[in-house]
Amino acid sequence: MSVNTTILPRSTWWRRVSVVDLYLWAFRLAVILVIVWGLVGTVRAARYGGDVWVDFVIFGLSQGAIYALIALGYTMVYGILRMINFAHGDIFMVGAYTAYYAARALFQRGIFNRHPLFSLAVVLAVAMVVALVTALVVERVAYRPLRRAPRLVPLISAIGASFFIEYAVRGLYGSGFQAYPEFEIFKGEWTVFGIGILRTQAVVIVSALILMTALYLFVMRTKTGTAMRSVSEDIEVAALMGINVDRIIVITFAIGGAAAGAAGVLYALVFKQVHFFMGFYPGIKAFTAAVLGGIGNIPGALLGGIALGLIESVAPILVLDGLGIVAPYQLKDVTAFIMLVMVLIFRPSGILGERLASKKA
Amino acid sequence: MKRLYTASALALAVLLAVGVFVPTSPAATVGPVTDPIGVVKVNRGQPITIAYWMVVAGPDASLGIDTRRGVEIAIADKGRVAGFPVRLIGEDTGCNAEGGVTAATKLAANKAIVAAIGSNCSSEAVPGAPILWKAGIVTVSPSNTAPRLTAPDRGPDYGGYLRTAHNDSVQGRVAAQFAYNKLGVRKAATIHDGSPYAEGLANVFADVFSRLAGAGSITAREAISPTDTDMRPVLSKIAAGNPQLIYYPIFIAAGGFVTRQAKEVSGLANVKLMGADGMFSPDFWKAAGDAAKGMYHTSPDLSAAALGPEYVKFLEKHQKRYNEKPLAPFHPHAYDAAMIIFAAIEKVGKKDSAGNLYIGRKALRDALFATKGYKGLTGTLTCNQYGDCADPKIAAYQTISADPAKWNPGTDPKKVFP
Repeated sequence: MSVNTTILPRSTWWRRVSVVDLYLWAFRLAVILVIVWGLVGTVRAARYGGDVWVDFVIFGLSQGAIYALIALGYTMVYGILRMINFAHGDIFMVGAYTAYYAARALFQRGIFNRHPLFSLAVVLAVAMVVALVTALVVERVAYRPLRRAPRLVPLISAIGASFFIEYAVRGLYGSGFQAYPEFEIFKGEWTVFGIGILRTQAVVIVSALILMTALYLFVMRTKTGTAMRSVSEDIEVAALMGINVDRIIVITFAIGGAAAGAAGVLYALVFKQVHFFMGFYPGIKAFTAAVLGGIGNIPGALLGGIALGLIESVAPILVLDGLGIVAPYQLKDVTAFIMLVMVLIFRPSGILGERLASKKA
Repeated sequence: MKRLYTASALALAVLLAVGVFVPTSPAATVGPVTDPIGVVKVNRGQPITIAYWMVVAGPDASLGIDTRRGVEIAIADKGRVAGFPVRLIGEDTGCNAEGGVTAATKLAANKAIVAAIGSNCSSEAVPGAPILWKAGIVTVSPSNTAPRLTAPDRGPDYGGYLRTAHNDSVQGRVAAQFAYNKLGVRKAATIHDGSPYAEGLANVFADVFSRLAGAGSITAREAISPTDTDMRPVLSKIAAGNPQLIYYPIFIAAGGFVTRQAKEVSGLANVKLMGADGMFSPDFWKAAGDAAKGMYHTSPDLSAAALGPEYVKFLEKHQKRYNEKPLAPFHPHAYDAAMIIFAAIEKVGKKDSAGNLYIGRKALRDALFATKGYKGLTGTLTCNQYGDCADPKIAAYQTISADPAKWNPGTDPKKVFP
């Protein structure tokens, strides 16, 4: 049996280039040109001062921190089960909405503003516990029976679980929205290095960073974390090594759910309105963020979330305004999803790449 | 054989898509009535079916629940139409185009419906009203205000559409005049949400205001999407132009976000905020919280001085039946819409010897468009050829306490103009 191992010399690379490759390169070039044109237009018009740009960056960071926390759940579940958990956005919503009732009870008793940190801790605990329990129930009911099924089947089950959670909450809590009571101590601004940051946004950014660092240390330094990493690398060999794979999967969903619940409270802190459908858009955006950063990769989720938040906040005014588009913020969602498409075209494995053995990709 | 089969399947699909098989209501003679569009027969002892398509669920539910209550009180007041009781059925529309299409399609399939009342949001009516009219169902809207729905160039698809709500060309003008004359504002910015209502109203305001205050007085004309939650970047961009007033005629959820976040964005601390009738509701105060204190709204004038003692009686009936104050400003318009439909049914409905009622659809439509000098709750209604029936009275209100439990239009929010 002979194998042809001759390698074509360098000078014939042009023979291997197809029309599709040329088209892709032309498309990438066109996109870069449009972005640069928009940038130049904005810089030349110079309509906004430096402090406005700093404001945009901070808004983007706080929004991105929330996306990053939700993206953590997506990325961890994908790493272990190779499955996108579309119900995750609704787990975020369930945590936030249920914690509203705890917040309201505290507010009506007057404890809310007299002991704000205690109230915040209680609300966070309620949200995280409810989200965690919901995530575990969803895992047990919608995903575990389908562990051996082809990859598309758990995906559809996830979408079904997502609808079920949304409309169960609609049935339980009604279709209207509820408004969180406000923390008095979080009203107003702090001035850091001469930049004014809203207190709620600072709290969101700091809490998100703390939670993500805690999670990262857990995954990197503890025995369970090492077990999680090994299960995500190769599930069968990990089982052979004596790891209880079911338990690890349950822990993964629990941590992802708790992070989403915390993200729900932080979101409610900034935006105040909760509504049964509020998990839909943040869920999609967080999934985009996870893909952007490299799905399966925890620092990737963090990076993707922050990047997406910044792009949503800054890109309409940086690029679209310079291109002369009227009312650019109406296209904010468009820029976020175009970003996803761009990443998939330019670097399909995401910014930090998939941390998987190539045969699993 | 296989090729013939594929070709015929393809042809069938094309024909179905084109709608060859969809029966349009044929000219019909049923009983004593001949009508070019169709006839509705209501058997003796059966109720006349009126349908509503309103926003009765979701964040803007207060709009739809309020107008539905107006219709329910009208039905209770009227009792019987041409000797027949009235049955009200309906669909939720969700204040977006998709919901409007879904609701209209469901109602259009029900041949027993004589007339429809709705929709609430202009974004629903733009695709929904033609669907209803294609089935021959005339619709009277109590709260659509977008100018394009009754514009001269609206087209024959809207031939069965009328409204008892004001046209936004009036509301935008009043808002701009109030801002310029009473508030003394010389620079303003607008935010709309891409819906026909909001965009139309923001444009009217901008046009009238720039005519009053001169070129460059509108510093920014921005837009968001109705499901957006983070308005701070848009508000920062607006702040860079230093307006004195932001006019954002959008709906409750997005309006709540803008109001709360406007107070948090640097540069907008002293800016006056003004909204419109789409967010004139205690639910808006719930969404916006304390940030709504001191802000202005333009909305139909619901004071006793403008509407008279009949309206006071209506309010008493409302309080007795539902135990709360009205949630939105369009309940009297819905009452009037129901009443002019009943009047038109009584005018064109014919009974046969067995006592069944026959209503010609085109005749009903023509009778509605011929409404002249009708004394309703909202004023004297006269329908023009394009469906505008309203007697518009717009007022400006200012929010005092922003406590949803204290909602009392006229007192809090206080009427400040005229």
